[in-house]
Amino acid sequence: MKALEVQDLNTTFRTDDGLVKAVSGVSFSLEQGATLGVVGESGSGKSVTFLTVMGLVDPRHAQVSGSVLLNGEEMLGASQHHLRQIRGATIGMIFQDPMTSLNPVKTIGWQLEEAVLIHQDVTRKEARKRAIEILKEVEIPRADQRVDDYPHQFSGGMRQRVMIAMALINNPEIVIADEPTTALDVTTQAQILRLMKRLQAEYRMAIVMITHDLGVVAELSDDVIVMYGGKVVEQSRVNDLFARPEMPYTWGLLGSLPRLNAEGSRLEQIPGQPPSLLNPPPGCLFHPRCEFVMDVCRTKLPELAPSEHGEDHRFRCHLDSETRTRIWGVKKAALVTEDAAA
Amino acid sequence: MTELVRVEGLKKHFPVTRGLVFQKEVGSVKAVDGVDFVLRKGETLGVVGESGCGKSTMARCIARLLEPTGGSIVFEGRDITHLGRHEMRVVRRDMMMVFQDPYASLNPRKRVGFIVGEPLEVHGIGTEAERKHRVQSLLEIVGLNPEHYNRFPHEFSGGQRQRIGIARALSINPKLIICDEPVSALDVSVQAQILNLLKDLQQDFDLTYIFIAHDLNVVRHISDRVMVMYLGQAVEVGARSELYLEPKHPYTGALLSAVPIADPELGRSRRQIVLEGDVPSPLNPPEACRFHPRCPRFVDGKCNVDPPALVHVGGIDDHLAACHFPLERWPMSEDEIRHHGAAVGATSD
Repeated sequence: MKALEVQDLNTTFRTDDGLVKAVSGVSFSLEQGATLGVVGESGSGKSVTFLTVMGLVDPRHAQVSGSVLLNGEEMLGASQHHLRQIRGATIGMIFQDPMTSLNPVKTIGWQLEEAVLIHQDVTRKEARKRAIEILKEVEIPRADQRVDDYPHQFSGGMRQRVMIAMALINNPEIVIADEPTTALDVTTQAQILRLMKRLQAEYRMAIVMITHDLGVVAELSDDVIVMYGGKVVEQSRVNDLFARPEMPYTWGLLGSLPRLNAEGSRLEQIPGQPPSLLNPPPGCLFHPRCEFVMDVCRTKLPELAPSEHGEDHRFRCHLDSETRTRIWGVKKAALVTEDAAA
Repeated sequence: MTELVRVEGLKKHFPVTRGLVFQKEVGSVKAVDGVDFVLRKGETLGVVGESGCGKSTMARCIARLLEPTGGSIVFEGRDITHLGRHEMRVVRRDMMMVFQDPYASLNPRKRVGFIVGEPLEVHGIGTEAERKHRVQSLLEIVGLNPEHYNRFPHEFSGGQRQRIGIARALSINPKLIICDEPVSALDVSVQAQILNLLKDLQQDFDLTYIFIAHDLNVVRHISDRVMVMYLGQAVEVGARSELYLEPKHPYTGALLSAVPIADPELGRSRRQIVLEGDVPSPLNPPEACRFHPRCPRFVDGKCNVDPPALVHVGGIDDHLAACHFPLERWPMSEDEIRHHGAAVGATSD
């Protein structure tokens, strides 16, 4: 059974300026114990998709439709009471900025214990024991003393470890990590990513990794979805996506990364700005920025169709197979990656 | 190439005080603690390091937005370390800054035309009509529509705001532009646009950049030479390709190997070095080599006793590193970097 299966998810916010279709027609599934990378630029709907999945979108301001199956059970329309039992227990969450997601006036231990007490029938003492255990697990030195410290006494990387501890404390089946390393330095990021890989193997949980960093996705994910303007524009196994991306936006994303080699050359840039979701362009959402735009792109939204190179790989683009192969061939040659092994 | 800036022994210490009425100095945060480098005309010097390593403080000292505690800054052969306000104003015509957050660094209540033209007004350049003309041509140069002259910053996206910041920096034809994390707040596709723009402007206007960033790939892309900082000191300086292909300082090596690679096969097969722990507090930095508590090559009795000097470690250009046991080759794995027993005897004396 799939850990999470999302079908045709739509989230529309009502604003003073009109309706904003933040997520439209998103479908994907997550296998147990696997890692799904979700890439996209700001405003692509990647965070809202998972806020909707967790039932954290306020129904007074948003319309939600579609289906979210968690272990086969429908989550959309479930009662708040039921959702509260699931969040923090079956689904753990890690957010970007650990300073704003931890309570500054409560000790780390208190906050971890609270997470246990809400979901498990244990005494405060047992909860504290569990809190110390999990802090050790996320490699916090002197965990039995640090458990009584406040968030400000921890460094950024340490706080992110506490967030991970909190997400894991009830042995969740799925952990949703929204830009967990974006605020961290590279060396700390490497520590946190290594820690997450180890814990995933140990706890056998599925991870959803929401990020704008293609490097992080490449290192951690099994499957990837690329989002643009609230829609999935490409989805695939991670190796396929990087070896053979099928549509112009993904080409642009890969091309605009400063590579470790290719010194001094110009970066390939995607002209223009991401689309406004208040007033999305007709047809393919990417067409105003696409260098291969055709007439059909301006009027008709391409389907998320399977690639001829495998059913697992799906993408949205009107270009025919031959043209795409030719263009990617040229682009790939420009992105040599020989010395990237450093 | 001629020298534009020479920085020697630059120090910036922030006092830490205790007490409300009678403030007593109880220590100091050594944000920048002895940095030397030379910046040549027309080049881009990239400065990388983790947060808190002092890279922004150093930039602010060079622009004299902060008073240096010690050392000297020579700009075009003139010592500007202790210039007064009025003399400094003249020097400031030749150096401008571009800041990280395009949302915070533009005055939300002023129109774009005013923001971009303000440096011209401050320095009393041109008549009002000439200034307006100049601002419109600047907007065009950075890829904005000159008709947006009367708009406010909130009407622009992040990338466009960063273009406004760049237009403002260009307005008085400076020789040096100090870019402090100019692309960190931008999405990758927009980041590429800004990096390309900065490169084009450098050629067209003969600019010299100090480019500060924490993203090693971005720095490698844009810089001619790169300086790596750790806890207020430069630990390695070198030409870009030398520093990235043959890093000598273990910290540089660790930084390089920590960068995620956007290629699943390469990224997962490489041998990564993951440093333990966090950057120590600059309030009380470690003795001698400041990297020694985290260094995989730490040798007791040497690294914690004898501070290494920034010395020549090879290369055609001046490739400098401050390490007693520099890396012999690259890439290395975590184990290889630790087992340098044979090398110890060879390099220590």
